[in-house]
Amino acid sequence: MTRLLDVENLTLQFDTDEGRITAVDNVSFTLEAGEVMGLVGESGSGKSVTAKSLMMLNPGNAHYSDETKITLHLDGKPIDIMGLRGNEMQIVRGGAISMIFQEPMASFAPAITIGDQMVEQLLIHTSMNAKKCKEVSIEMLDRVGISDASLRFKQFAFELSGGMRQRAMIAMALSTKPKLLIADEPTTALDVTIQAQVIDLMKDLVTEFGMGIVFITHDLGVIAQTADTVAVMYLGRLVEQGTVRDVIRNPAHPYTQGLIAALPDLDKLDVPLSPIPGDIPSPLERPPGCVFNTRCSQVVGPACTTVIPTFTEVSDGHTAACHLYTQNQSGGAAT
Amino acid sequence: MSDKPLISARDLSVHYPISGGTLFGPKPVVRAVEGVNIDIEKGSFFGLVGESGSGKTTLGRALLRAAPITRGSIDYDDGEVQYDLPSIDDKTLKEYRKRAQLIFQDPYAALSPRMTVRDIIAEPLEVMGLTNSREETDARVREIAGKCRLNLEHLRRFPHAFSGGQRQRISISRALVSGPQFIVADESVAALDVSIQADVLNLLKEIQQDMGLTFLFISHDLSVVAHVCDHVAVMYLGRLVETAPTRELFAAPRHPYTKALMSAIPSLDPDDRGKAQKLEGEIPSPTNPPPGCKFQTRCPYAIDICRKDEPKLESSGTAHEVACHRWKELMEDHALEDA
Repeated sequence: MTRLLDVENLTLQFDTDEGRITAVDNVSFTLEAGEVMGLVGESGSGKSVTAKSLMMLNPGNAHYSDETKITLHLDGKPIDIMGLRGNEMQIVRGGAISMIFQEPMASFAPAITIGDQMVEQLLIHTSMNAKKCKEVSIEMLDRVGISDASLRFKQFAFELSGGMRQRAMIAMALSTKPKLLIADEPTTALDVTIQAQVIDLMKDLVTEFGMGIVFITHDLGVIAQTADTVAVMYLGRLVEQGTVRDVIRNPAHPYTQGLIAALPDLDKLDVPLSPIPGDIPSPLERPPGCVFNTRCSQVVGPACTTVIPTFTEVSDGHTAACHLYTQNQSGGAAT
Repeated sequence: MSDKPLISARDLSVHYPISGGTLFGPKPVVRAVEGVNIDIEKGSFFGLVGESGSGKTTLGRALLRAAPITRGSIDYDDGEVQYDLPSIDDKTLKEYRKRAQLIFQDPYAALSPRMTVRDIIAEPLEVMGLTNSREETDARVREIAGKCRLNLEHLRRFPHAFSGGQRQRISISRALVSGPQFIVADESVAALDVSIQADVLNLLKEIQQDMGLTFLFISHDLSVVAHVCDHVAVMYLGRLVETAPTRELFAAPRHPYTKALMSAIPSLDPDDRGKAQKLEGEIPSPTNPPPGCKFQTRCPYAIDICRKDEPKLESSGTAHEVACHRWKELMEDHALEDA
């Protein structure tokens, strides 16, 4: 495996009318080429903001900390994303990194045909001429399972159904052959039967193109079906990381455990649903210590409300940031 | 449960006219709900599932008399009053509104940002003239808010200060404050996070049991429906394709669409990948539904008769009803495969 992406100490704050809020707090992870990493979290956990940081897509009131370091390894050459200025950004935006959004209707320009939008980005990011760009675009539309691709090429976003639009979005994102694909809730707006189709399509494409994917979702079922590794986020911080089997079968962090217990399971209809008590705190009132301490049922002591837990290995390659595991260790090793 | 269902609809259809068509020809219509027969027992938690465009929201609204009813009958009978819903006048409709309420999907859009929580919950009481004094209104608001586990000190705040789960509890309070018998909950947990969703589901269930209410719970999420409902109806393209007590439906689904829906739920088991039975294509447009069985365009088992005749909901002597020409045959085949 070759390293594709290093994110180190990503900290991001926004200036708002109500003060400066921390959206992402000291998040670090890595991604190999051909690997699918699931980034799970509820609304407000900072998962979308983290993903947008990889392409520097956050608005002007965003402040990255000085320690933040994002490195994309492109053909063996490291690119420091934080250091890119102006036009340099084009190498990564839409070229080496592509993004699929949740709501495809809002992501396509309504008054420009699907085809023109696809050709436009190919003209910017590749050296192909317009005719070749059109051929490649139609080929990609066909590849993602859109019938009558040459007809759809001339249509507008509103003429396509929801599932079709999401397929077109995927075709567009992949036509430049990106090395890294960021998929932000790509199946959330779709019906389950269509969601199953899109998940299948994405899995095929990963195998075919060999890119790395950061797959953002709140749905653990979707993660179980698509991802190789999982990172769980809560209130701007990562709380657990590991392979998909480890995290879903043996969740270590109380938050992950709570999330899994709260899911309705068709095989356990007799077991009442167990919600995580309380509400997610506002990012303006982030609890001190472990951010989950206000809702945690396994608080181990005063450390939970005062000391930020570091990542501790619970099994091989499976880490959690929780005082349940840091207690026995002196210091605790951070990843 | 009493013998007579609270709501009983026969051959219920809702058509919406759309623009287009020729000058003298028939006006094109969207057949959002077509020939639905449904009985909702008093005190039940009735689930209605389907994909977007299946007509589940329209059916829910038709039962509330909030959608134009093209054809068919709906009888409402809660033991105190009886209404023949399609023909009631405006005055009676106002009476019916006290007895039948709706909880919306999006708690962010459903609450006015300019009204305090107290005013939002009190509004139905004031509009319907159910209380005589401000004190009485306040007492009633506090009682309901307490039942919905809202912090009573928060009643003077505005909705923006609340999280999604708390907002949904405000919406629920507002729906309950007029003392209804029948509640339609339209995707009421779809916009909520998983950890909060379980809490709201438990609350709905608790309220339903405590107050003896009848719920029509509309959702696209089968696993949620399986957990809270005691009876489920599956909808596809404006028709009911299967209806059964929850346990029975999930233990032995009969319609190929129900089976496909259940198998499309992403499994939490990472080693269970790719085992789902995949449906090809998408739900057809309700302006131009296919002939015969509406599911035939996507059904892996469709044969000639499915393309010609529309199957009717039929039962085998139990409460489990299915609209499929081949269900018996398919059940036997599956039994053989499993053996």
